[in-house]
Amino acid sequence: MRAVVLALMLSLTTLVAAPAAFAVQPDEVLSDPVLEARARAISRDLRCPVCQGESIDDSNAPISRDLRLVVRERLVAGDTDTEVVDFIVARYGEFVLFNPRAEGANLLLWLAGPGLLLMGGGLAFAYTRRRSVAAGADAGLNAEEEARLKELLKS
Amino acid sequence: MIVELGHFALILALAVALVQVILPLWGAQTRNAALMAVAEPAAVIQFVLVLASFAALTYAFVVSDFSLRLVVLNSHTLKPMLYKVSGVWGNHEGSLLLWVLILALFGACAAWFGGNLPPTLRARVIAIQGMIGVAFLLFMLLTSNPFLRLEVPPLNGEDLNPLLQDPGLAFHPPFLYLGYVGLSMAFSFAVAALIEGRVDAAWARWVRPWTLAAWIFLTIGIGLGSWWAYYELGWGGFWFWDPVENASFMPWLLAAALLHSAIVVEKRESLKAWTILLAIMAFGFSLIGTFIVRSGVITSVHSFANDPERGVFILAILAFFTGGALVLFALRAGVLEAKGVFAMISRESALVANNLLLSVSAFVVFIGTIWPLVAELFFDRKLSVGEPFFNAAFSPFVVGLALLLPIGSMMPWKRGDLRRSLRLMLPAFVLAVAVGLLVWAMQTQKSTLGPIGVMLSIWVILGAAVDLWTRTGRDGLGVRLSRLTRLPRADWGKAVAHAGLGITIFAVSAMLSWKTEDIRVVDIGASYPLGRYEVTLANVEQVQGPNYFSTMATMEVRSNGALVATLTPEKRTYPVAAMPTTEAAIDYGLWRDIYLVIGDQQANGGWAVRSYIEPFANWLWAGILIMAFGGGLSLSDRRYRVAAGAARRAAAMAPAE
Repeated sequence: MRAVVLALMLSLTTLVAAPAAFAVQPDEVLSDPVLEARARAISRDLRCPVCQGESIDDSNAPISRDLRLVVRERLVAGDTDTEVVDFIVARYGEFVLFNPRAEGANLLLWLAGPGLLLMGGGLAFAYTRRRSVAAGADAGLNAEEEARLKELLKS
Repeated sequence: MIVELGHFALILALAVALVQVILPLWGAQTRNAALMAVAEPAAVIQFVLVLASFAALTYAFVVSDFSLRLVVLNSHTLKPMLYKVSGVWGNHEGSLLLWVLILALFGACAAWFGGNLPPTLRARVIAIQGMIGVAFLLFMLLTSNPFLRLEVPPLNGEDLNPLLQDPGLAFHPPFLYLGYVGLSMAFSFAVAALIEGRVDAAWARWVRPWTLAAWIFLTIGIGLGSWWAYYELGWGGFWFWDPVENASFMPWLLAAALLHSAIVVEKRESLKAWTILLAIMAFGFSLIGTFIVRSGVITSVHSFANDPERGVFILAILAFFTGGALVLFALRAGVLEAKGVFAMISRESALVANNLLLSVSAFVVFIGTIWPLVAELFFDRKLSVGEPFFNAAFSPFVVGLALLLPIGSMMPWKRGDLRRSLRLMLPAFVLAVAVGLLVWAMQTQKSTLGPIGVMLSIWVILGAAVDLWTRTGRDGLGVRLSRLTRLPRADWGKAVAHAGLGITIFAVSAMLSWKTEDIRVVDIGASYPLGRYEVTLANVEQVQGPNYFSTMATMEVRSNGALVATLTPEKRTYPVAAMPTTEAAIDYGLWRDIYLVIGDQQANGGWAVRSYIEPFANWLWAGILIMAFGGGLSLSDRRYRVAAGAARRAAAMAPAE
């Protein structure tokens, strides 16, 4: 299996994913559709600890099945969504979170986009303003353009 | 023998590439026409040599020459011919050879079609192209030689990864490489312009078609990959924000930004330094993509140790080209003075906003992709960044772009009138919002994404239509219609590509919002409801394929008793590679795909079955193709077909812009 994964990684495919088979098995599905929907939503955002970037919802690894069952057990026991996620994170670490928590160093990750947008936006605004001030200064032609116009008219 | 000739051709290509770098650069510096003239034949000869090498490797795969290590690892005698050929690039070494082949092809194209370039610029462009060739040829010969022989050839090969044995994936890498490597032309032009210290409208007119071509290929390549993921991976997803996908998406975003900023350089001689920087970054991200994929450093930090040599080599290439170009940029960007002035409200400033949104969104994808690595290296945290992050952090940029697009694309150059533009687009805006609200009220699954997607796509598509229509002037309907047919292809290309983006936005949000899923155990002969359809599992049988065994189900889909489709989802096992794959069966439709997957047999004899209704899935592929088609239309515009130099002279005679 390791050779296969390696081959996949080295070959330039768009995806590094284990061969798909069946993710959520029919026997796992909860009878309560509301709880089941919550379970699906939670497990879509939890990463399978042993796969190549698959959620436990998509993965057919045995550990993913176990985790899916744990999620459902906790939900049936009455946990909130956050409690279920915390329960799993406490055991497997934040590695399983596809949605990194916006805390500590992760703030850099979350704020990098908006920060750069603001910075770039400021620069772009200043640049555009400079160009437009230059535009406003001469409603007519500048000296260079005058000269060129004269030359064109002559020829 | 043929294999050795291929190997030898590759080494010769390296020697020729070295000549291609040194003599023309030297010649351009000393204005020596004879030395500069070496560039073209060298580029063509390098291409022919790499082509010969590629042909030799393909031959080895076709005849299943198992004395070649690469063939043993990636092929098998029972494999269908198509996949024997696609096996050539279905692995690290072979795909690298394809990469270099395309690189050499672009270099040769610069020699063939660069006749109207100023001689020094042409010599430098070809030399820089050759320099990239030298780096990758060295990389291949030193760390990833595809022509390594085995002392004791085995009787048969180990087969290509079954997931790759698929028509969609057979052609996906070549397109993607044409895109990645096509951006090397923009890079070479940028570096050559920095050395020359001159960027003008003519430069932009030469650079833009290459970027456009690269962008078209990237679009098609990404589309093919996404389509493959959709039908092959068995759960109907089409985009996973996987590092390897992101690696192709970042150059796509930057290429799109470059396309637009090059227009400003071409028409208005502004944004020169920024355009150069974008050209450097676009190719830089192609290299980063190559690094991510080849080294495995992002997917798993540990596999980096499996192949440190390759990873470090690519990192060195990346540092040399991107770093070198950026240093050159820092030294020379000052000489590139902008000429055109423009008002706050103008096409120029709209394109600045477009560039800001596209490049920051590419940066967001980038930081999300490398964050796990950064967090582990600097903060000692093992974490993951996946779909929820990208959806939250990336989508706002799409919304912003889509909102801005119709207004910006219609804005006049230099000085626009926001009120006039808004007035023109008001009906479209009202219609888009009204339809969005209607969809929101009508939908059964309450989603906000769906209606917003509908609204944005109508806004963008109508915007493209209004843009075209306003270009026909103010006369009667008949006159305007006939003018519509005579508009330049670039105008049509722009409208079509923008409409394609609108369709893509619609399809993505529809598929994310209104998918129906059903998981259950079904006995043979039993039926179950799926949306407004009824599905019957008629039969399950064992079938043997050319190089696999298959468990094939026959399932009938009925609507009100009438048969809609008979589908045969499969579960395949490839004994040589010892890998199972799922072959979903899909009934493609205009409004929805019915997507069926067969799973394992259960203890009670029933079969696990997964069924989906994917709404508007075909619109996604259509939207992507329409975008690419729009790019093609624009590429075929008259001003690129006539000699750029002649066109420039004509423009100078009659300055109508």
